[in-house]
Amino acid sequence: MMEWGSWSAFWAMGGYGLYVWGSFAMTALAIAVEVVQLRQAGRQTLQQLKRLNKWESE
Amino acid sequence: MSINWYKYSAPATFYGLAVRLAPWFGGAAAILTVIGLYLSFFVAPTDFQQGEAYRVIFIHVPAAWMSMFIYLVMAAWAAVGLAFNTRLSFMMARALAPTGAMFTFVALWTGAFWGKPMWGAWWVWDARLTSELILLFLYVGIMALWAAIDDPRRGDKAGALLALIGAINVPIIYFSVKWWNTLHQGSSIKPSGTSMDEVMLAGMVVMAIAAWFYTIAVVFVRVRRIILERERHTEWVKHVLEGA
Amino acid sequence: MLDFLLTVIRRDLLLATRRRGDWLTAQFFFVMVVSLFPLGIGPEPELLKRIAPGVVWVAATLASLLSLPRLFADDHRDGSLEQMLLSPEPAVLLALGKAVAHWLIYGIPLLIVAPVLGIQFALPAEAIGVLVLSLALGTPILSLLGAVGAALTLGLRGGGVLLTLLILPLYVPALIFGAGAVDAMLAGTGAEANLSLLGAFFVLSLIVAPWISAAALRVSME
Repeated sequence: MMEWGSWSAFWAMGGYGLYVWGSFAMTALAIAVEVVQLRQAGRQTLQQLKRLNKWESE
Repeated sequence: MSINWYKYSAPATFYGLAVRLAPWFGGAAAILTVIGLYLSFFVAPTDFQQGEAYRVIFIHVPAAWMSMFIYLVMAAWAAVGLAFNTRLSFMMARALAPTGAMFTFVALWTGAFWGKPMWGAWWVWDARLTSELILLFLYVGIMALWAAIDDPRRGDKAGALLALIGAINVPIIYFSVKWWNTLHQGSSIKPSGTSMDEVMLAGMVVMAIAAWFYTIAVVFVRVRRIILERERHTEWVKHVLEGA
Repeated sequence: MLDFLLTVIRRDLLLATRRRGDWLTAQFFFVMVVSLFPLGIGPEPELLKRIAPGVVWVAATLASLLSLPRLFADDHRDGSLEQMLLSPEPAVLLALGKAVAHWLIYGIPLLIVAPVLGIQFALPAEAIGVLVLSLALGTPILSLLGAVGAALTLGLRGGGVLLTLLILPLYVPALIFGAGAVDAMLAGTGAEANLSLLGAFFVLSLIVAPWISAAALRVSME
């Protein structure tokens, strides 16, 4: 088990906080960007296709 | 009970499967990530040589594994598509590439953030990082080719051929970069080989499986959109669009 | 079949003699790019000697890449590519012939110019020998891989740069082994290992690349 002693020790990561949290944060960001982009693209596609189908059927 | 797998090679059927399965894989990925993070921060002990900075490997190594694994899976779907001329196979390849590129980027970023505290430089031309960089170029190349070709069928097959020749080349590239790295031992600092504690390995494996399930979920969602776009003239898609 | 192959090669050679400008430009490009490095880095001989293998190799790569977009594009534009693909002869031979012709026209001159550049960079004679030998193996690899890229990007906007983007990562092993051979010679460890690996990569390219180029040609022409 890993004992951190205190929250500030956890965030500090023995002085390496920038590197550890910089890594985890960028990864979280990359994943968030991918998921958000997927959602937006999906919604956009649905709207576009519905519109196209409506035009073509008229 | 024998499942007729072939029916899932039809985009219409696969679409339904993807819709149903994506949330499960997403949920599983989330749970595994929580477990993995717990292992990474609250179970794995402080490394004797590298202190707390080593914890970056719990992302770096799984991301690197995924970046290479996804490339191979993409190439496999490309090969299946070329061999059987199945539209869905090519769509799967297209759906995989962006996530593969994402993991490659993450591997490079975390590699740099691990390298700086350990070896004093944001970038070192070691075998793994250099190979990851070339892998990123390979991903970007395929996506650029797809983007440049308007005709979807031509794009499918061209990208597939490129993925294949890339896949053949990847082991050669990796080997040649390792070779190049050992020859140019100018830098006196080498990454210290941490003896792999069992808990560390477990953490990496859990995160890797989490990444894998995440990839499956994301690919299911992405391929759904691709299927809708490509198959929009069919009845079943019109049906789906009305219901949406 | 051999006839077809030779015809393809001979045709490209003939076409190249009619447009000597292209060929000459590529050679000047080679020389100019190499000359940029001392200008950018400084004229210190020891430093230049150390970077020479890599610099010459990269410049040769870029000079070859210049001419690749035209490999199939000219024939595509005037319709002769379609005719050649319609013929009963296997497309693999067309792809192979094109690559061979490209090497003869654009690759071999690089081999002739390289020793001069080597002297400019104060490379000793044996190193220049290894440099030329490594380029003799590397330039055909580039022609072979380049044909794949040219076939895939046929008729696309942004074709030239896209082709470079696609082919360079695949070419990395050749660069590593080729420049590495000269480095090894300079370091005293002998160039055999690197040259053998380069040779193996050449054989692999020779066997695999024409098939993929042929498939890519059919895909691009659909």
